[in-house]
Amino acid sequence: MWARAVLLGHRSWMGWHRGFTSKTDPQGSGRVTAEVIEHLERLALVDFGSQEAVARLEKAIAFADRLRAVDTEGVEPMESVLEDRCLYLRSDNVVEGNCVEELLQNAHRVVEEYFVAPPGNISLPKQDEQQPFSHN
Amino acid sequence: MAAPMLRGRCLGRCWALACIDSGSRHGRGAATGFTSSGKRGQSFVAQQPLLTAQKSRKGEHKWAAVVGLEIHAQIASNSKLFSGSQVHFAAPPNSLVSFFDASLPGTLPVLNRRCVEAAVMTGLALNCHINKKSLFDRKHYFYADLPAGYQITQQRLPIAVNGSLAYSVCVGKKWRQVITKTVRIKQIQLEQDSGKSLHDELRSQTLIDLNRAEGQLRVDANISVHHPGEPLGVRTEVKNLNSARFLARAIDYEIQRQINELENGCEILNETRSFDYKLGCTVPMRDKEGKQDYRFMPEPNLPPLLLYDTASLPAGADPQQVINIDRIREQLPELPSETREKLIQQYGILPEHSFALLNEVGLLEFFQNVIKETRAEPKKVTSWVLNIFLGFLKQRNLAVNESPVTPSVLAELLNLLDRKVISSAAAKQVFEELWRSKGKTPSQIVSERKLELMQDEEALERVCHAVMEGHPQVVMDMKRGNPRAINKLIGLVRKVTHNRADPTVIKEILEKQLSS
Repeated sequence: MWARAVLLGHRSWMGWHRGFTSKTDPQGSGRVTAEVIEHLERLALVDFGSQEAVARLEKAIAFADRLRAVDTEGVEPMESVLEDRCLYLRSDNVVEGNCVEELLQNAHRVVEEYFVAPPGNISLPKQDEQQPFSHN
Repeated sequence: MAAPMLRGRCLGRCWALACIDSGSRHGRGAATGFTSSGKRGQSFVAQQPLLTAQKSRKGEHKWAAVVGLEIHAQIASNSKLFSGSQVHFAAPPNSLVSFFDASLPGTLPVLNRRCVEAAVMTGLALNCHINKKSLFDRKHYFYADLPAGYQITQQRLPIAVNGSLAYSVCVGKKWRQVITKTVRIKQIQLEQDSGKSLHDELRSQTLIDLNRAEGQLRVDANISVHHPGEPLGVRTEVKNLNSARFLARAIDYEIQRQINELENGCEILNETRSFDYKLGCTVPMRDKEGKQDYRFMPEPNLPPLLLYDTASLPAGADPQQVINIDRIREQLPELPSETREKLIQQYGILPEHSFALLNEVGLLEFFQNVIKETRAEPKKVTSWVLNIFLGFLKQRNLAVNESPVTPSVLAELLNLLDRKVISSAAAKQVFEELWRSKGKTPSQIVSERKLELMQDEEALERVCHAVMEGHPQVVMDMKRGNPRAINKLIGLVRKVTHNRADPTVIKEILEKQLSS
């Protein structure tokens, strides 16, 4: 398959996930496992499709990892570039809605003003059921 | 986007039936908790002086259950949390949907001030600490009724934390004893609601309505079991609970199920289950594959939400754009606990009655109006309102404001009773008639049906004497100490007097005559 498992940095771009904790990899050879790719594909509905795409991902991780060169001991993380802006508060008045025809225009299928969707979520095929590099 | 929701998470400790042991006394405020949804993360175990668990023989280990409730409450506002479309019940599908609600590209969330005020009010009413700075996050998952692919919520830093709620529980024989318990509120957060899905099995499709404004109050329960002193167990989430009664049954079932599984050596899966009302059991929900990974991230389109109090209010700020926690606290209506306390102090009623008075819409007002117009003792009024009046309402499935008997009318009736014009039994008869035929006053009914109590004590004494003479056998029984004998005599006297004599007075006279 695509990659040998090596360890992802603890504070990689997927840092919100405690599920992927692993030892830090000071060398930064940052290979991403097939398991992780499959997981990401299911979560984000992206198709990595090729070894090249995975390599690009690994490069992106390595690029972001350079942040760790900065000593952020005791520094509050920035949550948002908007943190100095005021959050605008809207008055509780009804000013929109009532445009069902316009909205339904975009829908592929419609039944009596309802959007139509398939029943439940359609699961992605599992890794081993697929041909390598061709998904969905 | 959607109808605004408040999500509160409260934790209580409830002990599985399997471990009830009269010797154990477990502190109710024990510090146990869950971290945010979806992950087992850090859990911390209670520091409490517990009995040592017996060693592993099956069934001898005591179990403790931990239950956390996620309560979704829809905010009463005109427009939605992040858009200006209307919040309204049962509107035509997709008629209350703006471009933002439909997640059309290029639309942005704009926070509704009223929703923030509602969240602060709720936090204050539940004794929470209000976070002056709170943040919005995106919680990602795919489902047809969530067109954006994520829900805006407050996972990292919600608007209110660490609250508590005191409530009363009836225990003991005949639920007579009322005890007060406290449940901790972990946090309160603002979040969007998803759309509504209607599953059409026949045509194998799902119909989506993005109006929201459904199900004003929903509860999910998180349940796990463990041995006291050991770390918390794996939890399951039970959804699809829509009444307090089913909530209790589902939780009881799930606790027992988990105990059974663990005692048989199986593992508990961290899964989502649904409650099957007909079977009375929880079942795994399909379409929820394994552990959800919501990839929480800060909502990039919303800066932090800042709240102020009077001390920190920036000078010259636009009042429309700032929220002052102190002002909101001042505007809080009197909370139920305060009202109950006042009732107890003012009228000397029992705590459980104070709960009952507040639990029915309009009942407290009714009660207070009766009190205003009657000289009868508050305890008497309480008894009549909570037992007789409320009983009549419930039997006929009526609300307080649909009652044919007004507070004034009941007050008049109670005055007649208080002045001993009629007996208690007669009062009940009058009440029945008042309920049936509107327009008549209690006094009218009393005189029409000649229900006035006999005022002539001597005449009553003569009747009693005559009855005793006429039933020597019963009198003998009475002398021998048979308690039922006197009741028989009382009944006979009442018949003769057409029920116009007070049974208590009759009893006194009979006993006096017997002993003389």
